[in-house]
Amino acid sequence: MSVLVLLIFASLAIATTFLAAFIWAVRSGQYDDTCTPSMRLLLDDPPAAGITDGCPTPPKPDPEQENS
Amino acid sequence: MASRESGVAMERTPDASAARPSTPCLHCGQRCAAGSVIEEDRNFCCVGCQAVYSLLTGNGLGQFYDLASNPGLRVGQVTGQPGWAFLDDATVQEKLLDFADARRAKVTLSLPGIHCIACVWLLENLFRLRPGVGESRVNFSQRTASITYNPTQVKLSEIAALVASLGYEPALTLGTLGQDDGTKAPRWQQRQWLQVGVAGFGFGNVMLLALPGYLGLDSASGPWFSALAGWLGLALALPVVVYSAGDYWRAAWVSLRRQVLTLDVPIALGLAAIFGQSVYEVSTGRGVGYSDSLTGLIFFLLCGRLFQRKSFDRLAFDRDYKGFFPLAVVRRTSTGEESVAISGLAVGDRLRIRHAELVPADARLLSGEARVDYSFVTGESEPVTRGVGELIYAGGRQVGGAIEIKTVKPVSESYLTSLWDHEAFAKPRSSDFESQTDRYSRRFTRIVVGVAMLSAVYWLFADASLALKAFASVLIVACPCALALAAPLTLGTAQRWLARRNVFLRNAQVIESLAEVDTIVLDKTGTLTSADTGVATWSGPPLSALEKGRLGSMARHSAHPLAIRISEAIGRKHSAEPVETFLETSGCGMEGKVAGRDILMGSAAWLQSRGTGAAVRPLQHDGSETFPSSGSTAGINGAGPPGHPFSVTSNSSVHVAVDGDYRGCFFLQNTLRAEVEALLPRLRGRYPLMLLSGDNARENDRFRALLGTEAVIRFNQSPLDKLEAIRRLQAAGRKVMMVGDGLNDAGALKQADVGVAVVEKVGTFSPASDIILEAAQLPRLAEVMAFSLRAARVVRAGFIVSGLYNAVGISIAAAGLLSPLVCAILMPLSSVTVVLFAIGTTRWMAWRTFGNSPAEITGNANGATAPGPGEARS
Repeated sequence: MSVLVLLIFASLAIATTFLAAFIWAVRSGQYDDTCTPSMRLLLDDPPAAGITDGCPTPPKPDPEQENS
Repeated sequence: MASRESGVAMERTPDASAARPSTPCLHCGQRCAAGSVIEEDRNFCCVGCQAVYSLLTGNGLGQFYDLASNPGLRVGQVTGQPGWAFLDDATVQEKLLDFADARRAKVTLSLPGIHCIACVWLLENLFRLRPGVGESRVNFSQRTASITYNPTQVKLSEIAALVASLGYEPALTLGTLGQDDGTKAPRWQQRQWLQVGVAGFGFGNVMLLALPGYLGLDSASGPWFSALAGWLGLALALPVVVYSAGDYWRAAWVSLRRQVLTLDVPIALGLAAIFGQSVYEVSTGRGVGYSDSLTGLIFFLLCGRLFQRKSFDRLAFDRDYKGFFPLAVVRRTSTGEESVAISGLAVGDRLRIRHAELVPADARLLSGEARVDYSFVTGESEPVTRGVGELIYAGGRQVGGAIEIKTVKPVSESYLTSLWDHEAFAKPRSSDFESQTDRYSRRFTRIVVGVAMLSAVYWLFADASLALKAFASVLIVACPCALALAAPLTLGTAQRWLARRNVFLRNAQVIESLAEVDTIVLDKTGTLTSADTGVATWSGPPLSALEKGRLGSMARHSAHPLAIRISEAIGRKHSAEPVETFLETSGCGMEGKVAGRDILMGSAAWLQSRGTGAAVRPLQHDGSETFPSSGSTAGINGAGPPGHPFSVTSNSSVHVAVDGDYRGCFFLQNTLRAEVEALLPRLRGRYPLMLLSGDNARENDRFRALLGTEAVIRFNQSPLDKLEAIRRLQAAGRKVMMVGDGLNDAGALKQADVGVAVVEKVGTFSPASDIILEAAQLPRLAEVMAFSLRAARVVRAGFIVSGLYNAVGISIAAAGLLSPLVCAILMPLSSVTVVLFAIGTTRWMAWRTFGNSPAEITGNANGATAPGPGEARS
């Protein structure tokens, strides 16, 4: 029956990890805006491409995209 | 603007020929009228839209037009901002920037123009348009964009100009600067998420431990398992009770200290009883405690709160006058002109105020001809004329040519801001409002505590060992979980339902206040009548298309509001004729030569004095200073345009003579919003109505007819008068709803039990209020009122349902018969029933009130004006 104790504490440890992950996610602002990411998901070509180090270095315009 | 020089080659010269009038603009989707541009086979309504199109496609952002059809915003409207140079001012930046160092700076701009997925995409690809701009993140629900940029490569003013040139003009008002950099709200939101997360974590794990007990399996594993489950359960429940339920403890403490019984008191009492009982049972080895019910209860309560917390981030319900002021004005200096932030204005500064700009502080006119539109501040519908040396109060909007003024008072001490010193603004909103929920919970708490005491006393004599258990059981079972869920869920559902119809509530409790309203006070200018549009009707021999074109060309030359209305009424469909000469005489009218014809447009008296008066009917010109004759034109009663529904006494008129012969006159009327005519008869029977207008009494008869004989109608009301009128009504025991729009109603909106701000477009400025209503949705007001009554009834029914549960539970508990199993089943069951009941019934009520109309009604005039399907109530 002591295996039961082991299992209980193992499950609690795993659950605590997930709780910690959740707390981290909230703290890092992932729950601040629950609306825009759902729209962003539908867009390809992530806007962050071409930004390195948070320092703006915009890429060359992509001429192939020019169509209406 | 700045975008033009950002390396966009406009190699394709626009084709001058006009587009087919029915084609929508490729960029913004507006109908292409005169002045539109065809480029290859693409139609644009204006040069501005075409420029944005070529800017985007030239930089590889053509995908913008694939994401949504006609996603753009019409460019080229008059902006309220005199350039963006003030943004580079160090003191302004200090308040505006989220952070800044030598190579990186981050700014969050409020862009009310954001409306679709393509906007998000475009603004997040801003770095492609301008070197130096880095990552930008859009928050759609708040309508903001956080832009990182390199201050050595690009200036903040250039970014603002770039964004504005795309059609997303940043909303920068004086209020923006005063804000405490917006970090507060996310912290508060994050806490709520964390609280729910911790409660969910506790609930799930405790449930795992408790399940064997429900099924009777724990006996197989021996008594040590019960002890382990009990202690672990307590350990898991502790953070839930302390952290997740922290707000309930605090709220209960506050309400006890203020000696009012809110619903938080029985909740806190129940939680304490459950936790205390659990600790007692586990520590004495009598049982496993109620940690499962406890954590589950808190988890459900928090979920209900999360559901109710639907706030409309992009709408500000608490704005003061600062939100009305622009951030900058043009100051004249010895060397020239500079753009200066209003916060940096000093007394004695010389300012240049152009057409449609706001006078930021009480000032004296130095030069130019001031025609000041105070409609937003005082409710007067006609602009007033001021001469050189006269005082102009802050908050007025200049109409016409540019003027120069000299400030005589600081911005914060101006006439406009004095209203905010009134005591009505000192107290927080609706702090003393006792809602239906409060009343029920007070009764509930008294009954519960009474029953618990009685049963404890009874068992003390019958079987003393059971007394404590019975006392605790009553408190546990009666813990108003269902009660606490019924109101938030019903009101939250109702609030969402209303929001989908462009009726935005400050919070869900507003519905309860709305249900108790028994008097409605209305503002006139801007609320019942629309301030900017007016119908110009022609009286006289019909005008030919050629004549219309000529008069339209003349009128277009003037910035006078009446002239603008006339040119709008004539429209651009008539071919424009070149105006050869043009002369405007202040207070009289304008004269000019169009296509060889001498045209006079102006007041009757002026036309008479110019020798064309022979044909003018006898007039009693009232000597009003405004041009052309505004105010009384009583002398031409009966000469009004045929079929016009209202008496002509409320008209302004502009008389026209061509080549010395009188042709006729335009009647200009402050148009009643089309929706109002549908609304008022519906409200008239049900609520006492009151009209408070800052305007003069010339439209008395017209509104008397509309509002009925019992209604109270008062004109010439100052903002303070309005506030006092509402205060007097409240003193007489009335629950007052105020419907207004401008700053002149701000005090009344604040004082009223429910303040409804009517706005042309959601997202534009509105004074502090409880409800923000799009003008097109005004006829829905009657339905909203009916709906609120029904929602309140649903809440009451929810209370009864949960009350029945509690009655059953309490009677079992008081009898000392309650087993943990029954408790564990009864509690979630009652919650689920109440949840389903509340949401289901509210949806059904909403469906019955509003009918099966499409959920999304945009602010367009078409469709929205259609009255709801039948009267909601019989």
